[in-house]
Amino acid sequence: MVSVTLNEVRKAYAGHPVIHGIDLEIRSGEFLVLVGPSGCGKSTLLRMIAGLEEITDGTIAIGDRIVNDLSASQRNLSMVFQSYALYPHMSVRKNLAFGLGNLRMARPEIERRVAEAARILQIEELLERKPRQLSGGQKQRVAIGRAIVREPQLFLFDEPLSNLDAELRVQMRVELASLYNRLGTTMIYVTHDQTEAMTMATRIAVLNKGRLEQVGTPFELYNHPRNLFVASFIGSPKMNLLQAEVGADGRAELAGLGHLTLPAGITTRGKITLGVRPEHLVPGGSDGDLELPGKVSLVEYLGSEVFLYVLLSTGQTVLAQAPGNAPFRKDDPITLALRSDDIHLFDAAGLRLERAQA
Amino acid sequence: MEKFFRRNFAGYAFLAPWLIGFFLLALGPIVASLYLSFTKYNIVRPPQWIGLDNYFYMFQFDDRFKKALQVTFTFVVISVPAKLIFALAVAMALDKGVRAIGWYRALFYLPSILGGSIAVAILWRQLFDYNGVINAVVRWFGIDGPYWLSDPRYSLWTLIVLAAWQFGSPMLIFLAGLRAIPNDLYEAAEIDAAGPVRKFFAITVPLLAPVIFFNLVLQMIEAFKSFSGAFVISGGAGAPLDSLLFFTVYLYNEAFQFLRMGYASALAWVLLLIIALFTAIAFWTSKYWVHYENERG
Ligand SMILES: Nc1ncnc2c1ncn2[C@@H]1O[C@H](COP(=O)(O)OP(=O)(O)O)[C@@H](O)[C@H]1O
Ligand SMILES: [Mg+2]
Repeated sequence: MVSVTLNEVRKAYAGHPVIHGIDLEIRSGEFLVLVGPSGCGKSTLLRMIAGLEEITDGTIAIGDRIVNDLSASQRNLSMVFQSYALYPHMSVRKNLAFGLGNLRMARPEIERRVAEAARILQIEELLERKPRQLSGGQKQRVAIGRAIVREPQLFLFDEPLSNLDAELRVQMRVELASLYNRLGTTMIYVTHDQTEAMTMATRIAVLNKGRLEQVGTPFELYNHPRNLFVASFIGSPKMNLLQAEVGADGRAELAGLGHLTLPAGITTRGKITLGVRPEHLVPGGSDGDLELPGKVSLVEYLGSEVFLYVLLSTGQTVLAQAPGNAPFRKDDPITLALRSDDIHLFDAAGLRLERAQA
Repeated sequence: MEKFFRRNFAGYAFLAPWLIGFFLLALGPIVASLYLSFTKYNIVRPPQWIGLDNYFYMFQFDDRFKKALQVTFTFVVISVPAKLIFALAVAMALDKGVRAIGWYRALFYLPSILGGSIAVAILWRQLFDYNGVINAVVRWFGIDGPYWLSDPRYSLWTLIVLAAWQFGSPMLIFLAGLRAIPNDLYEAAEIDAAGPVRKFFAITVPLLAPVIFFNLVLQMIEAFKSFSGAFVISGGAGAPLDSLLFFTVYLYNEAFQFLRMGYASALAWVLLLIIALFTAIAFWTSKYWVHYENERG
């Protein structure tokens, strides 16, 4: 187990900056998920930590050793690639043993570790097969197996589940989480899927266009997003955003929808954005601080719950969540109630407006 | 039958030029040469059937035939690996290096286009002449260069160098093969603590094996058939001292100098069988060292 410290890390490809000075401390034994939209630089950052990509500027330390000038193999880490990158001409056993052989480990020790990894990942009966004879899920396990036989101090994952079908992805998510609990090794996990991030991470770092937007626990990110980007990136379905204008009296006017008294401590005037998660828009509610009239335009029934797409009188569509037995149908008129305690407020620049602590 | 033909007439019409060419220019001569190899035929008089005599003579009494085999085998065994290793080395350098390499590729391919031609063979002869450019360079270092072409100890080596210099086409095929190896395998190997040598032998060679095999067979066939360089440099007769008596040169001599068409046809068929045999051996051994990615099993 080891910590990883990024200090003002930058990366430019042929003069084009793609990572703009990242400071990040990954604690020893932490499962950190690096999440962000595709193309934001997650892989680049991970590959710099791995030693596969040169660091343009800044330093990366693993433990208390600065690793900028160390090769990938000297950093004592393992990496699982999105494509799995299994050696196609080697059996599963050889795939697992390859790295250990290169480290000139003794035969019996290699065999012990391969057997152990195969047992943990339940791939014992696949050991003599070639990668092309494996299903996607089995390849994934072998790739993870190849990472764990090294018994490294740090695991890196680059979108390891994105080539799997939905069901398998959920299953592997659980298995990765339990693997983490069993090994307790520091893990850095890259994904564009916020659900993966929320379910597995001890902490999440949200990356956007080569910059860190926020770092925190899943709870912090969901309940206290620092800006509009994080607010709409984290959470599925997405947070509803409503435009408003705060007048001199300190009340927010939502054009065509009414007024809302803002929580204590908010002193901003002018344009703001209100964020409301679907579960905080209560269909048919009457005890809210603001009621939004509209019409149901689409019903998504998921069994235990139902998502209602509601067309407001302003022409904007918002999403509300209701219990599965809620009696709404398409084209029903509806009123959505929201409480000012549940809303997130962002200023004109998209930064979170903190309310007074109760 | 008639219906079938009428329906497919257009197809056969389009095929006709090729079919006519094939029967007239390829299959016809092949069959004719097989027949002639069992005859004595000097163009002037009609062919005279002598059964297997040409073949018996070849294997029992013909010392120049043996010499030609020896020269050709030496050439194949040395020039093919040399050319392939050289081609792979250049392909790897190009694959690693500059990516916008259209010009470089053309430049490297040029020798292969030119290399087979008579003009380059003549150029080569002048370069390696005792008073040629090569010896002029060697002389700067205070060495008196040998008679590269007229000394039987060196003449074959000069031709081997000429052959290896025509590495362009296998190089391009290697380059395409190298590009097809996913880069993340090298990255995985890098993390797995594999050095450059280990990466080469554990990743590049096995994944390139089908391409290596393809190039090997192609180049081997080409080397067995190689003619123009030896013909020009040896003055058409395999000189000096038959050291450049390539099989094809010997065959040419028998056919067009001594007008022993029947015997030359037999030589051609022996060469064909030798090439077929070696190709078959290559295919047969390939299942032990060539693994195709899409193969089941
Ligand atoms: N080798 C490269 N050369 C040039 N640009 C690159 C290279 N690799 C990545 N990029 C660019 O850097 C940005 C970040 O890429 P990447 O880290 O792969 O994103 P992510 O993994 O978040 O999808 C992208 O805009 C991509 O086009
Ligand atoms: Mg990526």
